[in-house]
Amino acid sequence: MGIRFVLMVNKQGQTRLAQYYEYLTLEERRALEGEIVRKCLARTEQQCSFVEHRNYKIVYRRYASLFFLVGVDNDENELAILEFIHLLVETMDRHFGNVCELDIMFHLEKAHFMLEEMVMNGCIVETSKSNILAPIQLMDKAS
Amino acid sequence: MALSGMRGLSVFISEIRNCQNKEQERLRVDKELGNVRTRFKNEKGLTHYEKKKYVWKVLYIYMLGYDVDFGHMEAVSLISAPKYPEKQVGYIVTSCLLNENHEFLRLAINTVRNDIIGRNETFQCLALTLVGNIGGREFAESLAPDVQKLLISSSCRPLVRKKAALCLLRLYRKNPDVVNVDGWSDRMAQLLDERDLGVLTSSTSLLVALVSNNHDSYWSCLPKCIKILERLARNQDVPPEYTYYGIPSPWLQVKAMRALQYFPTIEDPNARRSLFEVLQRILMGTDVVKNVNKNNASHAVLFEALALVMHLDAEKEMMSQCVALLGKFISGREPNIRYLGLENMTRMLMVTDVQDIIKRHQDQIITLLKDPDISIRRRALDLLYGMCDVSNAKNIVEELLQYLSTADFAMREELSLKAAILAEKFAPDLSWYVDVILQLIDKAGDFVSDDIWFRVVQFVTNNEDLQPYAAVKAREYLDKPAIHETMVKVSAHLLGEYSHLLARRPGCSPKEIFSIIHEKLPTVSTSTIPILLSTYAKILMHTQPADPELQNQIWAIFTKYESCIDVEIQQRAVEYFALSRKGATLMDILAEMPKFPERQSALIKKAEDTEADTADQSVIKLRAQQQTSNALVVTDPRPANGAPTMNQLSLVKMPSMSNVDHNSADQGVTQENGTLSIVDPQPPTPSNGDFLDLLGPLAIEGPPGASVQSEHNLVSQVESSSNAEERLAIAPVGEQENTVQPIGNIAERFHALCLKDSGVLYEDPYIQIGTKAEWRAHQGRLILFLGNKNTAPLVSVQALILSPSHLKIELSLVPETIPPRAQVQCPLEVVNVHPSRDVAVLDFSYKFGTYVVNVKLRLPAVINKFLQPISVSADEFFPQWRSLSGPPLKLQEVVRGVRPMSLMEMANLFNSFRFMVSPGLDPNPNNLVASTTFYSESTRAMLCLIRIETDPADTTQLRMTVASGDPMLTFELKEFVKEQLVSIPTASGAPAPVPPQAQPSSSPTALSDPGAMLAGLL
Repeated sequence: MGIRFVLMVNKQGQTRLAQYYEYLTLEERRALEGEIVRKCLARTEQQCSFVEHRNYKIVYRRYASLFFLVGVDNDENELAILEFIHLLVETMDRHFGNVCELDIMFHLEKAHFMLEEMVMNGCIVETSKSNILAPIQLMDKAS
Repeated sequence: MALSGMRGLSVFISEIRNCQNKEQERLRVDKELGNVRTRFKNEKGLTHYEKKKYVWKVLYIYMLGYDVDFGHMEAVSLISAPKYPEKQVGYIVTSCLLNENHEFLRLAINTVRNDIIGRNETFQCLALTLVGNIGGREFAESLAPDVQKLLISSSCRPLVRKKAALCLLRLYRKNPDVVNVDGWSDRMAQLLDERDLGVLTSSTSLLVALVSNNHDSYWSCLPKCIKILERLARNQDVPPEYTYYGIPSPWLQVKAMRALQYFPTIEDPNARRSLFEVLQRILMGTDVVKNVNKNNASHAVLFEALALVMHLDAEKEMMSQCVALLGKFISGREPNIRYLGLENMTRMLMVTDVQDIIKRHQDQIITLLKDPDISIRRRALDLLYGMCDVSNAKNIVEELLQYLSTADFAMREELSLKAAILAEKFAPDLSWYVDVILQLIDKAGDFVSDDIWFRVVQFVTNNEDLQPYAAVKAREYLDKPAIHETMVKVSAHLLGEYSHLLARRPGCSPKEIFSIIHEKLPTVSTSTIPILLSTYAKILMHTQPADPELQNQIWAIFTKYESCIDVEIQQRAVEYFALSRKGATLMDILAEMPKFPERQSALIKKAEDTEADTADQSVIKLRAQQQTSNALVVTDPRPANGAPTMNQLSLVKMPSMSNVDHNSADQGVTQENGTLSIVDPQPPTPSNGDFLDLLGPLAIEGPPGASVQSEHNLVSQVESSSNAEERLAIAPVGEQENTVQPIGNIAERFHALCLKDSGVLYEDPYIQIGTKAEWRAHQGRLILFLGNKNTAPLVSVQALILSPSHLKIELSLVPETIPPRAQVQCPLEVVNVHPSRDVAVLDFSYKFGTYVVNVKLRLPAVINKFLQPISVSADEFFPQWRSLSGPPLKLQEVVRGVRPMSLMEMANLFNSFRFMVSPGLDPNPNNLVASTTFYSESTRAMLCLIRIETDPADTTQLRMTVASGDPMLTFELKEFVKEQLVSIPTASGAPAPVPPQAQPSSSPTALSDPGAMLAGLL
């Protein structure tokens, strides 16, 4: 039970954020991202949010032009991860205000900070938005 | 905003964004990399701020998929920067770019430790996160005590402690000893009393990891988990920040329920009651609401609750409630819920007794084969496959056949394979089976692998009654205007062998058969022509007296192919021509194919391989998979006991024979050699030999083709850069053997497998050995699944079977190396020679790094596997019972120290040994009578009867009488049953066997039992 990676990919298939919780070489990452993008981006609204890939599952959700794809072990609770994605988006939204692809793109470091406050070692570490954002706000104040 | 501080970075990002194509992007990236590299070279002139900016650029470029071979040092060096913004970047980028074995990481270990033990909370958090994400063995050794201290410290704030919990989880995975300290489990339990939900969420994750390996040390945590659930369910003391759309932290609820699923049972009645109250509330109280997020979150909790109920094997009432809910889900509108409904129903099939309730939803599930979503269609297919049995096979298989013509191409192969297996496994009669396979070939010939038609040929060859029917059917299909080449192959073969059985029917004279088959010749590929030539030769042989016209026609064809460029065709043409001129000799040489020895279906094995990756598969990948699996079969060293054809049959399942590729002449040759080389007296022809050599290494090296490259990379990566640590990670030097701790109790696993046919036999941190067995009469096939859990290969893998004299066991070749994260299957053929309770042992060893592991495992090929329950009526029972009078055929014994159980429980126990309990046969309600058939080579099928007389006043003793027609069988069976009654091999929570109690030496009361009519018969 655990999260293997979190990917944010736009609808053209460009990676906007990639965080892996198990080590993969660059070639492996490239191949994996390519396969996943091909498989998930073509799916329609009427289809479910889970795709089986290799020996794990991808739980994904689309927000406007951006896809959030989370690779999880087969025994993971899919809906919990699906809502975890939404929690991540809401958290970003609270920080950026109407978060969009560009926010994540140009504030890559912040997106990483937030994710790091939420997931560690493939496990969920915090789900309270104010706790997640506290260190970032602290830093914003300092600079 | 902080971003303004890194203007150069945003300029770079937007320039990349404006690139029109990949080429432009590459140029821009190359330019930037050159720039950054020069800046890093004169490191002295760089400020921390500049370093930070360039390090982000490096990460950004890396994320885009470009190789960046520098900048790692700079990222690591930022970790020791004094100011927070730089330090933070150092930590985050380092954990993205480096893996745990990177040498630079070692340089930072001191700084990291200082940050962890320092006073600055924010620094502590950063350091803990880095170690939690990429910390290796070295970190585990030097940091574990500090991390533990932080986790349990009362002065430390939650924001640090929650990270410490997950950091400890990482260190534990690197070195399980870090929590093997006295009193740790108590501390773990205390941690679960925590109020802060962030700390609780991480601590529960830690607990899940700990109990999944060893639940025994953590029983004290079980009531705590239930407490957490109660607190959340009642919404007590849950801050609004942790309430998600009105639901108290769904993630924590899910985690807590998951932790509970690792405990085999919950024995404390109070705890059990509280938990079931919570579960009941979740099951009953989850409504569908409009808000998607709320709905998802509440259903996340609901599905976890369902899983927990299934695990606890709750009262049947709750279980049927679960099935009802799932039934509602699969017909729901929301695709996610449909998917999960199907998935959980498939899981539920494992729970006994609910299959019947699930079957009520069969029609709904069949409809879902047409769902617009392939993920859902796959789940539906899986579920149908799992729920199929004799009662519904006809229905399900016919639905699958119908679905085949419209199914996705990506699914057709799997679908036809599954249909073929179900048809074979559950066929009500064999002619139906033949119908199904022929329809399958007709509808989806391209997706029907050769194994499928080989199998139907085997069946027809071995069942004389079936031959005329199969021939008629084959003849009918030939009338169709366009048929698949596979159909040409199978009908030509069947008609060659059996068309003489139809001779009197209209349209079935040798001449007519010949001409209709010959019509197809221009349309087929070279791999089919040899089959047709054999068929012609056989037709000729069956035409007595010879028909000169037909003879001339066929001879002309043979002559035409005498100079064919394809060696196989040429050889057959020449030989058949020469033989057919010899007249009577032909009869012997071309006689009907001999029967195939009974063997387990190769299809089932194949289906299992495919299941390992149910997602869409490219043809290449599919083929690669077949190659590994088939290669293993090919190396199967079964002696060719009179059946060279059989050995070759498995040979024929060559990778390249995959349905999409019929062109390669070589493979065609092999195939034809395999199936039809009647004239070839030496089975392993040179070409087969070559194939063996070719395939040999494949079995060892894992999936060939596209995946080989990456596998190799992975392997060499691990070997070159990490071996040192990896080795360390396993055991202290000098203590190299057998200190790997198995996961779970080996004896318990064995006992569980004695009662069921699939499950895990052994597991440790590196390997998992699963088994799956099928038993038919005195034979069995047990497949060992050797799964490598690591990212490095397991080498020097050896498996030896130490089998007792009564079992003939043949193990196919076990590959020496198991590639990273791969699973290898090794089939074992088991034959039971005579009754005995002795157990075969698997002596298994492997090497990981320099570390050797050797385990001896009992194999669940035990006496009760060769039993087949049989129901016996009173009319049959009593004469049998009487005729088996006294020792040695009938043995009686008073067993003491029996584990107290109700008669009902005892009946269930007997059922699980494959005895058929006949209630009411014995007039005394305290007694129990059961019957079964035992199979072995020496005894053949033999009826066994057993009678248990219990004493309601003293459940620790009983009298047992066992009877059968073979003295050895009677004795062994009696001893076996006795062993089982004295210690019950079910849930590990069960108490140890009750020690034998002092008993009055007089015979038990049962003897004087007036109701014991059977006793009178003794």
